[in-house]
Amino acid sequence: MERVGVFICHCGSNIGAVVDCARVAESVKDYPGVAFSTDYKYMCSEPGQEMIQNAIREHNLNRVVVASCSPRMHEKTFRACVAKAGLNEYMFEMANIREHCSWVHAGRNEEATEKAIDLVKMAISKVCNNEVLMKGHAPVTKRALVVGGGIAGIQCALDIANNGYQVDILERTPSIGGKMSQIDKTFPTIDCSACILTPKMVEASSHPNIKLITFAELEKVDGYVGNFEVTIRSKARSVDMSKCTGCGTCMTKCPGKADDEFNMNLRKRTAIYTPFPQAIPNKPVIDRESCLKFKSRKEGKDVCGVCAKLCPAGAIDYEQQDELFTERYGAIVMATGYEQFDHSIYGEYGYGKYPDVISGLHFERLVNASGPTQGHIVRPSDHKEPKTVVMVKCVGSRDPEHGKSYCSRTCCMYTAKQATMIRDHCPDTKVYVFYMDVRTPGKLYDEFYNRTREEYGVEYIRGRVSKIYQDGETLRVKGEDTLLGRQIEIDADMVILANAMIPNPDSERMAQIVGIGYDKDGWFTESHPKLGPVETHTAGVFLAGACQGPKDIPDSVAQAGAAAVKVCALLSKDQLETEPTVSKVDNKLCSGCGLCVPVCPYKAISLETIQERVAGKTIERQVANINGSLCQGCGACTVTCRSGAANLKHFTNAQILAEVDALCQTIL
Amino acid sequence: MSDNSVKTANDVAENFEPKILVFACNWCTYAGADLAGTSRLQYPPNVRILRVPCSCRVNPQFVIRAFQRGIDGVLVAGCHPGDCHYTTGNYYTRRRFLLINRMMEYMGIDPKRFHTRWISGAEGPKFQQVVTEMIEEVRAIGPNRKLRDDMKVTVNTDDIVASVEADTKVVADNV
Ligand SMILES: Cc1cc2nc3c(=O)[nH]c(=O)nc-3n(C[C@H](O)[C@H](O)[C@H](O)COP(=O)(O)OP(=O)(O)OC[C@H]3O[C@@H](n4cnc5c(N)ncnc54)[C@H](O)[C@@H]3O)c2cc1C
Ligand code: FES
Repeated sequence: MERVGVFICHCGSNIGAVVDCARVAESVKDYPGVAFSTDYKYMCSEPGQEMIQNAIREHNLNRVVVASCSPRMHEKTFRACVAKAGLNEYMFEMANIREHCSWVHAGRNEEATEKAIDLVKMAISKVCNNEVLMKGHAPVTKRALVVGGGIAGIQCALDIANNGYQVDILERTPSIGGKMSQIDKTFPTIDCSACILTPKMVEASSHPNIKLITFAELEKVDGYVGNFEVTIRSKARSVDMSKCTGCGTCMTKCPGKADDEFNMNLRKRTAIYTPFPQAIPNKPVIDRESCLKFKSRKEGKDVCGVCAKLCPAGAIDYEQQDELFTERYGAIVMATGYEQFDHSIYGEYGYGKYPDVISGLHFERLVNASGPTQGHIVRPSDHKEPKTVVMVKCVGSRDPEHGKSYCSRTCCMYTAKQATMIRDHCPDTKVYVFYMDVRTPGKLYDEFYNRTREEYGVEYIRGRVSKIYQDGETLRVKGEDTLLGRQIEIDADMVILANAMIPNPDSERMAQIVGIGYDKDGWFTESHPKLGPVETHTAGVFLAGACQGPKDIPDSVAQAGAAAVKVCALLSKDQLETEPTVSKVDNKLCSGCGLCVPVCPYKAISLETIQERVAGKTIERQVANINGSLCQGCGACTVTCRSGAANLKHFTNAQILAEVDALCQTIL
Repeated sequence: MSDNSVKTANDVAENFEPKILVFACNWCTYAGADLAGTSRLQYPPNVRILRVPCSCRVNPQFVIRAFQRGIDGVLVAGCHPGDCHYTTGNYYTRRRFLLINRMMEYMGIDPKRFHTRWISGAEGPKFQQVVTEMIEEVRAIGPNRKLRDDMKVTVNTDDIVASVEADTKVVADNV
């Protein structure tokens, strides 16, 4: 027998000024199932909640409806309230008569009151069909996976590890370090990037709680928060990691040559290589595309093998294959960083064809002491020191038509940094910066920019560059100074473009593998732009660093710490509560057609064989089986099910139809 | 316009106010309607929102049932394609209701009475606009009498409640 208590909240005057709450309470007094109904100023206040609890006891209520604000606001509050009075928390429903009624129908009191009555009746009809549900429990695997070993990933892993939890870093390149390892100095303090990064890399590699999985790819993610099952492809390194001592002898005589991507192709590297001298792990890999042996094998021959002959440890293994393995994790942090926008789409900058028109990252390698020029700033074309350098900002950023609509956030600062470095290294060189705006929000950032102009004498020109073309040895840069309203032409020796930060080209595929959202540009989306900056919509998956959007190092590190705290909070639990509002299948009705299996986005449904006794005989047949821990309760299967065997708890067919009917009754 | 909602002199009440049922997914449209509320965006009080976890939870039979029971219009609304909280739910919704649209047209329900829309949690103004337009449209075409159970034969309300309850059971068991 249903005994529903109905409580109509005035929310001060928020509801009460529009909806006649007393009339609402009165009008449902005799509605089927209702045993008690009243109204009160503030239902969510302590006296309000006590009122509900007392009524539950006095009137022996077994279901409660509160009509007040949005359930997104106070459903939790009232569920806890009825639970304290001994009711199951799912024997409760809310009618939203504030956001969906009084606030949007100001001054239309009569109609709003009628609407409120309808909404309350719908809630009563639903609650009469509610069932007692119990939260479930799932164990937590106390190990985290960080995907991406840039500064964000490294910092996040260190923070998790220092909290006492196991964490693996999965990095796709042969070494951790990310973009920061390519950068020479860092703004705004101009400390050497390697000097602050390398100790962190070493700490990560020697930390007892951290395992590095480098030169590997994320293949598949199954499972759910607390219990992810991750399949990883360990790419064939052609070097046996357990034997290699990292002496580097193998690289000395390798005849295979390839573009050195770490140095932005400004020089060549060998086919067996480590990306940079401080690489971690400091063990080489063979790039099979440029290795003579692997190339010759494609033609049916088998030449070279110099590295194997040289290796004192016998670590070279040409027969190694990719390996797939599966690990369990309780939480996943995505820290896959960013890539640089390719400026070759821009005709005005020479389609990427002029060797002396370079990007910001090229410059970082040029000015780096262990880079291809030993830190001398020279033109890639003829290795002469440039006497005039033009820098162009917002290349690909803030250009919705050809590039990206967003601001890349770091370029204003790294351009200023690079301008001061040119002036430091080559005091006679003139530096011009073309800009649309200068954006320097950040501690000591604006001060740094001002010094760039005032102390370093870098000339900032507000305006766009309309054309760059090669004229003999010089690059003629045409642009407009919009502040002075005149055309400008500069003969430059070198042009540095501040290219936009863009997501990794495969970020969307990664998001799909992990099951998180991404925006129109491919950045991973956080669960809330303000209040959930490191969470995603998928429980147990978090974000750190530039994979969520353009970010500098301080912000990446801060976000990595934030993500680590969330991971630790999760891993500190032995068990996780699971929502009981999941689908279930009525075996009696299920015909085993299997239509629901591919519809489920969480792979929660599988067909299982059951035994049944029919007319005295035991028969075997297939039925759908829903894994309650995997099911997230969307209800897709319930609609697909032809026999009505699948139903979503707390949003059952009967519950929803009861609401529909309650609404339509009043149409008579 | 195969609907019998075509106005005739004795058919449409003078001050006809339509009643519209909105199935709103919890993550986007319900939040969008909440935002319309917190932003105090005004719209006519003819809509009633029914919360479902995802637009893909809406069985087309719920919609048909509402029309049978005399609702004047139904809106199924969820997250924008690609934004579904459950990743792919609204793609099913889109496909299902494309078909249902055709079927209802075939059955003689004016397509203006039924819509599927994508309204995000940030689109309070869009929610306001979509429901306002729909109310006006449905008001113009008059009450739904097509699938409506003939209420005139039922005399007392207790019987209706009883019959509705009995139906709920039957349909619930069969849906
Ligand atoms: C020219 C230039 C100069 C800059 N100078 C400064 C500066 O002076 N100061 C400053 O604060 N910031 C600077 N920045 C910004 C800085 O580079 C970033 O803030 C920082 O690198 C972001 O770190 P991250 O770890 O998020 O990403 P990344 O450094 O991009 O690291 C991501 C890592 O994830 C790996 N990865 C990617 N996808 C996968 C995958 N699917 N599976 C496994 N691993 C994957 C990558 O290989 C990489 O190692 C500069 C940027 C540029 C372009
Ligand atoms: S959750 Fe909104 S449509 Fe699926």
